[in-house]
Amino acid sequence: MNSASRAAPAARDTWAEAPQGLLRRYVFSTDHKMIGLQYFFLALIAVTVGVVLSLLMRFHLVWPSAHLPLITGGLMTPEQYLALVTMHGSLMVFFVLTTAPQSALGNYFLPLQIGAPDMAFPRLNMLSFWLTLLAFLVMLSAFCVPGGAPISGWTAYPPLSGITDITGPGEGLGQSLWIFSIMVFCVGSLLGAINFIATTIDLRAPGMTLMRMPLTVWAWFVTAILSLLAFAVLFAGAILLLLDRLAGTSFFLPAGLVISGELETRGGGSPLLWQHLFWFFGHPEVYIAIVPGMGMVSHILANFSRKPVFGYRVMALAICAIGFLGFTLWGHHMFVSGMSPYSSLAFSFLTLSIGVPSAVKTFNWLGTLWGGRIQFQTPMLFAIGFVSFFVTGGLSGIFLAQPAIDTELHATYYVVAHFHIVMGVAAIFGIFAATYYWFPKMFGRKTNDLLGKLHFWLTFAGAYGIFMPMHFVGLAGGVRRYADSTGAKYLAALQPLHRFMTIAAFVTAAAQLVFFYNFFVSLKKGRPASDNPWNATTLEWATPSPPPHGNFSGEFPKVYRAPYEYSVPGAPRDFLPQHLPPESEFAESGSTS
Amino acid sequence: MRPARKPIAFSQRLFFASFSNGAPVRWGSTHLLGSSEPLRPSLRTSGTIAAPVKQGGDRGASGFFGGPEGRNRREAPPRVYITGMFIALGAILMFFAALVSAWVVRRGLGNTDWQPIVLPRVVWLNTLILVASSLTIAYSRHCLVVNRDPEHRHWWGVTAILGMLFLTGQLLAWRQLLAAGLFLASSPSSSFFYVLTAAHGLHILGGVAALLLLTLHTPCRVTRDTATRVIALYWHFLGALWVSIFALLWWEGSK
Repeated sequence: MNSASRAAPAARDTWAEAPQGLLRRYVFSTDHKMIGLQYFFLALIAVTVGVVLSLLMRFHLVWPSAHLPLITGGLMTPEQYLALVTMHGSLMVFFVLTTAPQSALGNYFLPLQIGAPDMAFPRLNMLSFWLTLLAFLVMLSAFCVPGGAPISGWTAYPPLSGITDITGPGEGLGQSLWIFSIMVFCVGSLLGAINFIATTIDLRAPGMTLMRMPLTVWAWFVTAILSLLAFAVLFAGAILLLLDRLAGTSFFLPAGLVISGELETRGGGSPLLWQHLFWFFGHPEVYIAIVPGMGMVSHILANFSRKPVFGYRVMALAICAIGFLGFTLWGHHMFVSGMSPYSSLAFSFLTLSIGVPSAVKTFNWLGTLWGGRIQFQTPMLFAIGFVSFFVTGGLSGIFLAQPAIDTELHATYYVVAHFHIVMGVAAIFGIFAATYYWFPKMFGRKTNDLLGKLHFWLTFAGAYGIFMPMHFVGLAGGVRRYADSTGAKYLAALQPLHRFMTIAAFVTAAAQLVFFYNFFVSLKKGRPASDNPWNATTLEWATPSPPPHGNFSGEFPKVYRAPYEYSVPGAPRDFLPQHLPPESEFAESGSTS
Repeated sequence: MRPARKPIAFSQRLFFASFSNGAPVRWGSTHLLGSSEPLRPSLRTSGTIAAPVKQGGDRGASGFFGGPEGRNRREAPPRVYITGMFIALGAILMFFAALVSAWVVRRGLGNTDWQPIVLPRVVWLNTLILVASSLTIAYSRHCLVVNRDPEHRHWWGVTAILGMLFLTGQLLAWRQLLAAGLFLASSPSSSFFYVLTAAHGLHILGGVAALLLLTLHTPCRVTRDTATRVIALYWHFLGALWVSIFALLWWEGSK
């Protein structure tokens, strides 16, 4: 103990002293807030690339013979289309939906909300960011190698992904780079998860009991546990897949494969084994994307309804239940894989059972809104939008959870519509809500509310415009992953719907320019924000905007009450911050009851 | 006046006490590995889980700064390193569980390409060495706790040497298999043997590096007690992990 206190001042970047110098402050920073921002901007870049890829695909679907920019040769081949599918999915799932809500916003706000000066392991935190950045660069580099990006989808099913380039362009070096990128990403996420969990367990402020943690903290905590258990499994699977590709093993390759006229000599493996390993990760991954959004939306709905979260304990419990159940139902991604129908039945029941905690959350969000003094500011609009998309996407999930119906719909756009709405759009709405909500805290300035509302309505209408018709395309048998659906008659009949969706996609993408404009202009010229501009109760508002190094200047906060004490009867104001001592509760207005 | 707090349910306390090293029950740290920090009197008397967790003031179940250890607010309390290691072990366990379940599935396919491996005899010796190293590291920790520093350092070094011996032995086993014509891609069973031993060996290599680093270098962020405790935890885990993998492979080869 003595040696620790003696050595502490000598060690660089302790929590007490802010690091000096541009490089150590902005690039090789160990401050969780700077790392959170680094993750945030990484996600912004990744989402921009991902959206551009999706626009290219949407354009090609409607005008398959048109020449496109950014495409080698100008005219898109089916293989190039599949490469775009793969890279769009991988970038969005790993570098946007995993990175933004958890690694970026969680990193920034988890220590603040529990009253800690930083993450438990700041240098590990820095390492996980740099690994994630490396993974991102490696993944992008797959575009630039001979053969281009892989074409086996973000799920990388073998045998296509398990054999080298004879299976198609992009399946050579491109696919190996993809797997390597995912492995690096796994390590980064595991280190991040260790940090999140240890911080939540050990660094809570005095008085911050588990049942006083904001629901955001609950969500990040459970998400970190999911990351910890899921990414470890993906890492193991990726090693085996890489060995199949590079070392001649046969974990996943079935016997008797004939590829491009050649008989593959290896065999005896099981492609289904990869699917199990992958989806054991892949399904929790869906919750890694959406659960932080659930937490952030609960947080924001309470604030802008000026009411406590309805059923706080049940909400926390529902997050845990969703996290637990999320590990038991990966098989519903595999109903058409030839799995035993009895397994399908079990997975189907488990899938349906997750509707219970999901419905609990939805009704409690509505209960939070009910009778509240609702303020429709931008974060609130996006939070309500999240609820809307979560319900819409969740309902189509109930249909897909039936093996019989899924067999019909699995390869169609119905599934694309389902997971884009519930995992993509809903999660993105959660991220937008949180970004608008915490922007004043992160940058000390406010965003423009009018532009924010414009952004919301355009995105809300646009996203439904893209994905609602997609359900009907799927029900009509529109096959996903086809680069060109004008060839078959029944598919050609769906082209008008496709055209509408493509126009909606371009409008929605254009609406994001409003967000970028609002974001970057407000960064420089926004109205200065006070420490607590939303009159909120949690600890991140008990410190200056933006918070100093070490998070709380002077006295560290203590916690005296539950996180969402809005409109407490008899209180002088309609919110009681968690750190306000009980004695001063009523003294502030100078009157006693 | 303190605000009234709702009492915590026993089941909650049972569950969450396992996370908090500041709480009366120190799972896996004090009891398993020993501690040089003397137990506080209140801890000694309230050795049950149901004992009040709160230590006065208006602190919650396991507050950080005013916690039982009452630490400098600008430094991480030592228990985060123990917590962090426990969490990391969870991830490592999942990683190996995935590999072993893949082993079970691939073997269960019943294809003829699966040829059970008869383990080289040196693997038995390696297993013995690793188990012995668990004992030496535990004894080394004990010597640190009772302030017999030279002995502590001696047995710490012995553990590192045993770790290196284990790795050498594993490489020998690899050489014997290679000499017998069993390569990575020869059979799925040999693939799994190499993957499992390599993955475990890399973890051991990391452990050896940590062991050596601590013999050459005094940790600047944590006390020697915490550092040795974290490393010992990791080392015991890898030992138990190897015994399990070994048992699985041996059972398979002996059938």
